[in-house]
Amino acid sequence: MVQRLGHLKESPSQTAGPYVHIGATPNWVEITGVWQEDLGLVLVGPEAKGERIIVKGRIFDGSGTPLKDALIEIWQADAAGLYNAPQERRGRADPHFVGWGRQSTDGVTGEFSFETIKPGRVPFSDGRMMAPHITFWIVARGINIGLHTRMYFGDEEAANAECPVLARIEHKVRVPTLIAPRTEENGLATYTFDIRLQGDNETVFFDI
Amino acid sequence: MSEDGTYYQRDRSWHPPAYTPQYKTSVLRAPQYPLLSLENTISEMTGPVFGHDKLGPLDNDLIRNYAKTGDPIGQRIIVYGRVLDENARPVPGALLEFWQANAGGRYRHRKESYLAALDPNFGGCGRTITDQEGHYRFRTIKPGAYPWPNGVNDWRPAHIHFSVFGHAFAQRLITQMYFEGDPMIWQCPIVSTIPDKEAIRQLIAALDRNNTIHMDALAYKFDIVLRGRRSTLFENRMEGN
Repeated sequence: MVQRLGHLKESPSQTAGPYVHIGATPNWVEITGVWQEDLGLVLVGPEAKGERIIVKGRIFDGSGTPLKDALIEIWQADAAGLYNAPQERRGRADPHFVGWGRQSTDGVTGEFSFETIKPGRVPFSDGRMMAPHITFWIVARGINIGLHTRMYFGDEEAANAECPVLARIEHKVRVPTLIAPRTEENGLATYTFDIRLQGDNETVFFDI
Repeated sequence: MSEDGTYYQRDRSWHPPAYTPQYKTSVLRAPQYPLLSLENTISEMTGPVFGHDKLGPLDNDLIRNYAKTGDPIGQRIIVYGRVLDENARPVPGALLEFWQANAGGRYRHRKESYLAALDPNFGGCGRTITDQEGHYRFRTIKPGAYPWPNGVNDWRPAHIHFSVFGHAFAQRLITQMYFEGDPMIWQCPIVSTIPDKEAIRQLIAALDRNNTIHMDALAYKFDIVLRGRRSTLFENRMEGN
């Protein structure tokens, strides 16, 4: 026998199930009056700095069917590349930008759509700069443990080319699964980030 | 020695794998490529903070927060415990959200098709924030078991869903709490996605007769463990190296 390390084990994950909305977005499933507003609906205050963008997309299962019962959370830096979090020690983030958003995918179309701002660059663990990105966390019925991925920006070719995280992807054909193309829709810059859980273009998911 | 380094690597053998064919929905929703291992960056070591100003006075009382004409039907219970990290340190300020079926096993959701009756006085959602020592508690009714479309005769054991925000996005976790003594835990295709029986036991709340409320409610204790962080003693190289 040796001495015990004394570490606890992380609580094991279980699926969020089909009714995750009851806990996460109750107003969205018509459970009203319990709390006023679902958390994570608004990321951007009127005075937030940065370019306003729309980030939209769908999540597809292995048959190509969009998930209509998923919950998506996003987390990102502000326009200057600072996180609105107590652990951020490089400076003070824009107080008008929360950086965290949450949405259920539409029950008919499976679409999600976040109104946010384009984030600045933040450093990798060795100090090199990563390309601008938004962290995604996806849970749903049939997903046993939340999936982490990142969305990168299609119009940031130079930054993407030198991003140490994208460089880590061994199979270069998979890099485009993380890069959302930019279009203009109704005068707003719109990035479409479709996520594929399986198949030829399975999205790169991270163990972070 | 402060603990503000990167988070311990997740023990994926303790968690359920993505592909678990006995839980049929997982089959088409399980990524097939290996996950790309990434050391924590600031993007994962930060996370949103939720203040008490976000909460209402009945958010942690599922007996009263939706009630219209009286209390909901069912066994009244207190669920309490602590949120700790893998270093056994408390996680203060953690937002917990919980949701559950009513005493008959019926969820208040438009996609629910179980015959059990809705309870007009039960919504099924609540939330709270842990205190400085990581403690939390809430009041609810014990949820019922219910059948679900997987096998033709599969039933979920009574359970409460928990969503937990720690201090970093790397700690984000959703799990479920089960109840001590329930034989249906060991017959459930979702519970059994967890490969290790010891890990399953970590999700079973203990009946605590010492904390019942006289002529009112039973108590169940449910501790939750989030990922722990490395100490900066190990994160940075020693001087001279």
